[in-house]
Amino acid sequence: MIPLSWYLIFAAILFCIGLYGVLVRKNAIAILMGIELMLNSVNINLIAFWRYRSPDGIAGQAFAIIVFAVAAAEVAVGLALIISIYRRRSSVVADDMNLMKW
Amino acid sequence: MTPEQIIFLIVAVVTLVAGVSVVTSRNLIHSALWLILALFGVAVFYVLLEAGFFAVIQVIVYIGAIAILFIFASMLTRRVMQDTGHQSNKNWWLGALIAFGLLVGITLVLVNWQGFTSLAPVLANQSERLSQLGLALVSPDLYVLPFELASVLLVAAMIGAIFVAGEKKQ
Repeated sequence: MIPLSWYLIFAAILFCIGLYGVLVRKNAIAILMGIELMLNSVNINLIAFWRYRSPDGIAGQAFAIIVFAVAAAEVAVGLALIISIYRRRSSVVADDMNLMKW
Repeated sequence: MTPEQIIFLIVAVVTLVAGVSVVTSRNLIHSALWLILALFGVAVFYVLLEAGFFAVIQVIVYIGAIAILFIFASMLTRRVMQDTGHQSNKNWWLGALIAFGLLVGITLVLVNWQGFTSLAPVLANQSERLSQLGLALVSPDLYVLPFELASVLLVAAMIGAIFVAGEKKQ
C-alpha cells in the first residue's frame, strides 16, 4: 500500500517545479506550461485526499472536474492572448508585454 | 516493497524529470513534448488512486486538447525565441530559491500533520462510484451550480479566445 505522504510530497515537488517555471521562464507560453504543471499537482492532491480521507464523499472528485474545466478555459484564453500579442508586436517574451504598464 | 510502490516510484521519477525538462528545456516544442510525458505520469497516478475516470479525462482533455494547443501555439510563434539566447530571467536563482523555500515550507507543514502517513481505506461500492459522481454533478442539492458555472466559463472562454485570436479584417 502506498501511504498518503508519497502523493503529497510528489504533488508538492511538482507544484514547486511549476512555480519555478512560472517565475523564471521568459517565454509566455512556457509560463503557461508551468501553470499547467501546478494545476496538475493540485488535482493529484484533490484526488489523493478524496481517496485517503473521505472515499465515501464526492466533493474531491467534483472539485477536480471543475479544476479541469478551469484549466482548459485558462489555456484557451491565455494562448489566444499570446497569439494576438505576437501578431501585433512579434514577441512572446513576457517582459516585452508592457503595453498596459503605467 | 509492493508492486504498487515500485510503479509509483518509477512513474514519480519519470514525471518529475519530465517536469524539470518542461521548465528548463531550450526549445519550446521539446518543452511541450516533455509536458505530455508529465501529464501521462499524472494520469498513471489517477489510476493508482483508483480514479480511472480521471485518468481518461486527463488523457483526453490535457494530452488530447491542451498539450496539442501548446504545440500549435509554439509553432505559430516559433521564429522569435528559437533556441537562441537565454530562456530564463537573470533572476533565475531567486525563483529557484522561492520555489525551494515553498517546498520546504509545505513539507514542514505536512510532516507535522498527524494524518500524513495514513493508508487508503477500502473503497466501497466500486461499480456505483461513477454514477454517484454523475448524479452529484447535476443534483440541485450538491454541485449543479458550480457545474453549470464551469460550463458557462468554458463557453465564455471559447468565445473570448476566438474573438481575441481571430484575424481582424479591416
